[in-house]
Amino acid sequence: MVPLRRELGASYAFVERNFRAVRRYWGWEVVFLFHSIVSALTVAYIAPGGVVVAGQQFDADRLILFLVVGTVVWAYLDSVFDSVAFMVSWERWEGTIESTFMAPIRRVTFIAGSSAFAVLYSFARAVVILVVVALFFNLDLAAANWVGAFAVLAIGSLGLLGIGIMAAALPLLFLERGSQMTVVVQASLLLVSGVYYPVEVLPDWLEWFSVISPATYVLNAMRAAVLDGVTLVDLLPHFGPLMLITAVTMPVGVWVFGWAERYALRHGRLKRSG
Amino acid sequence: MQPAVSIDHLVKRFDPAGVGGAWRRVLGRPLKDPIVALDAISLKVQRGEVYGIVGSNGSGKSTLARVIATLLLPDSGEVQVFGHDVVREARTVRRFMNRVSVEASFFKKLSPLENLSFTARIYGLPAGEAHQHIFEILKRLDIEEKAIRRPMDQMSRGQQQKVAVARALLTSPVLLILDEPTTGLDPRSKREVQDFIREVRETHDATVILMTHDMDEAEQLCDRLAVIDKGRILIEDQPSALRREGETLEDAFIRLTGHAVEVHEPDDAADGGGG
Repeated sequence: MVPLRRELGASYAFVERNFRAVRRYWGWEVVFLFHSIVSALTVAYIAPGGVVVAGQQFDADRLILFLVVGTVVWAYLDSVFDSVAFMVSWERWEGTIESTFMAPIRRVTFIAGSSAFAVLYSFARAVVILVVVALFFNLDLAAANWVGAFAVLAIGSLGLLGIGIMAAALPLLFLERGSQMTVVVQASLLLVSGVYYPVEVLPDWLEWFSVISPATYVLNAMRAAVLDGVTLVDLLPHFGPLMLITAVTMPVGVWVFGWAERYALRHGRLKRSG
Repeated sequence: MQPAVSIDHLVKRFDPAGVGGAWRRVLGRPLKDPIVALDAISLKVQRGEVYGIVGSNGSGKSTLARVIATLLLPDSGEVQVFGHDVVREARTVRRFMNRVSVEASFFKKLSPLENLSFTARIYGLPAGEAHQHIFEILKRLDIEEKAIRRPMDQMSRGQQQKVAVARALLTSPVLLILDEPTTGLDPRSKREVQDFIREVRETHDATVILMTHDMDEAEQLCDRLAVIDKGRILIEDQPSALRREGETLEDAFIRLTGHAVEVHEPDDAADGGGG
């Protein structure tokens, strides 16, 4: 029991430290949040803009909501992925990677702490973006099933965390290129997951990739919960693929991270660069 | 009595091509010769001893420090810290060991208090006790009360390095590895850090391994010294025993290695260590 409490305390240390770092970089945080809000507004304006461009009427309000759910959910998922995938790069950039990896804690404790921070931080950002955009467009969200939406986000986060943990291992293998590869993975998820459009519009070969992206299922389920107010029971079919992806990506992610760490320890790749 | 650190025929090589080496193998291209960073090193450090390892840049000092600190896996040989193998029992070794490196590795935007609180948490120290201990150590280091809460990037390098030593002490290590702790510091900061190391030696029941290329520092602080060059230990003895009549320690180093201490060779191969 004591070791578990100790590991939980150590996990919390990463949450606390990272939030303290966020507070110290508050100026940049405000700028990035402003950028995310403006991006969400810009994307949402595609709906009324579409009416003008197409020259025919369609349900622009529904399209606005479709796009807003896409941008806000993506802002959340992207931030979760970003925070987890760059946990090693961040430590390396700050110069703390060796002292962190030398601490007498399980590696999964480091991963869990970094992941918990990623979820809490990203959720707070997403809520702020949603509130501002909803007020700006005077969105009617009365019919939304928020309990269902929250459940989708919670389960969906786990699958994405698994992929993020795998991506986090890349900088342990490749000092410079690892972070670049992580950005490629991130961008690819944006393309195939149906953030701003249904995945059915993608070419067949690209649509296939949407099947393995947890973001696809999160977005579908979130739209069902927020746009159509689908009940929690009716959302259950969406949870199956998410749980399956989590069951695969989480253990594989932790294993890959452990393997990459051993590689880094053997080849001297923990050290700071940049 | 069981030594604090026991190293037996430790070998560490680095592939200069890194991950590219694997591609070279696949493509059948000639492989570059591996760099031998540590060449069959054997030594023993006794409990309570301050053991110095002196050598030029690229001699293998930092590689050795990293292997003992569980940050690098050896290719062959054995390293034990208080009887625990650094590979098989890494987490146990980490519990009673800490390392201060040439760069004070902190979240520089966070304050000393925030950085040390983080360390206290990951080492499982009770919060209240740790908080009090942090203030005690930082005050002993003459770090002003207001500086304790200010970002570390507003501190001098010397002060940052003192906070690094304080962080190591916070975890009450019985083995303290100091890897070039005063390199690059101005003379005053250097003296302050050295005084603090001296104080640690007198007040804490810790074994200290000091990696340095500063001969004066080595002579002043260490009970025994090993001279390392090209990954090999050339000699180990008390500082006074290494010197011949009328020689300085630096003269002795030149005699033993055939070159001056400030030779700038490539870094410690792939690990990029400072020496």
